[in-house]
Amino acid sequence: MRFYRYICILNDRIMGICIEGFRTCFKIGLFTLGGGYAMIPIMQREVVDRHKWLSEEDFLDIISLSQALPGVFAVNMSAYIGYRLKGVLGAILFALGTVLPSFIIILLIALCFHNYSQWHWLEAIFKGVRPAVVALIAVPCVRMWKTAGIKLTTVWVPVLTALLIWLVGISPVWIIVAVVVGAYLYGRVLKMEDKEDGL
Amino acid sequence: MIFLQLFYVFFIIGLFGFGGGYAMISMIQGEVVTHYHWLTTQEFTDIVAVSQMTPGPIGINTATFAGYRAVVNAGYPPMMGAMGSALATFAEVLPQFLLMIIVLRMLMKYWEHPVKKMIFSALRPTIVGLIAAASLLLMTPENFSSMAVSPWQFCISIFLFSATFIGILCFNVSPIRMICLCGVAGFLLYY
Repeated sequence: MRFYRYICILNDRIMGICIEGFRTCFKIGLFTLGGGYAMIPIMQREVVDRHKWLSEEDFLDIISLSQALPGVFAVNMSAYIGYRLKGVLGAILFALGTVLPSFIIILLIALCFHNYSQWHWLEAIFKGVRPAVVALIAVPCVRMWKTAGIKLTTVWVPVLTALLIWLVGISPVWIIVAVVVGAYLYGRVLKMEDKEDGL
Repeated sequence: MIFLQLFYVFFIIGLFGFGGGYAMISMIQGEVVTHYHWLTTQEFTDIVAVSQMTPGPIGINTATFAGYRAVVNAGYPPMMGAMGSALATFAEVLPQFLLMIIVLRMLMKYWEHPVKKMIFSALRPTIVGLIAAASLLLMTPENFSSMAVSPWQFCISIFLFSATFIGILCFNVSPIRMICLCGVAGFLLYY
């Protein structure tokens, strides 16, 4: 009985946002077709627009950190959001919510079906969904244009990044590393100039 | 024994899997097919196809499926296979999860630091370029078909792409609803 009451208090005070987050992530995980990037607009709608858990700048920072770290992009994103909101417990629940739907679906397929290459109806559905997924990934570029602080003087940054990855085939990780090092050094130089001015 | 090996292999894949799902698939193939012979190449190709056709991150889907097949192919019953898939998925997610917590802990200390702010504000425009590249990289004949192979499918693909793009951006339609609508359209038009 006491245990039950403890659960209730836990449920009310701490778990509210975690359960809502778990549910949101479960929904996001369930509808993410074609990899982590397609998750960005769905997540933005749920986390930034609907629940207002994070600002749009924060959301962009989440993407950069998730991309810089190894592992599954979508799990990185949800763990980050969970941690920002409710610490380690939030991170665990948010990540679990993202992983669980695909885990259950794949396990069911593995356990029950064997001739999955013969599913023509699924293939037909996916012929329609794939172009939509590409559009889904293109939308945040336009939407985040303003939030990212892109002006006429900085417009070369996203264009050059896109071209380097698309045409030259450089890994996004290296570009992020280069930008971080560049910004750090630039910051150092500015600081030193300030000091010299002060003297 | 196979469970220990599964855990080790997928932990390493999770730890060094930079660059998202598709980079991880080739790592999983290298370990699971080439090195340990848990799966045949044919089985692995099927697994990747199903992973792309079901919701969820591709890295997770492939790990879940490969963990199951590896244990079942080793002669265990299907219930142990379910254990194997849970273990593989857990092992794959664990390193990135721990890394994320450690990095965030360190970042929280310097959250208001001017250098941290500067780095992140420099990263923001880069990320927009990164997402643009991801979308450009997906504009392939596999996703859109091509004028030469099937003009009919190509036109439909272009239409569905534009409809989704405009629908979400200008009319604020929910992305989930848009995906469902395109799935229905694909089913009606191609089946």
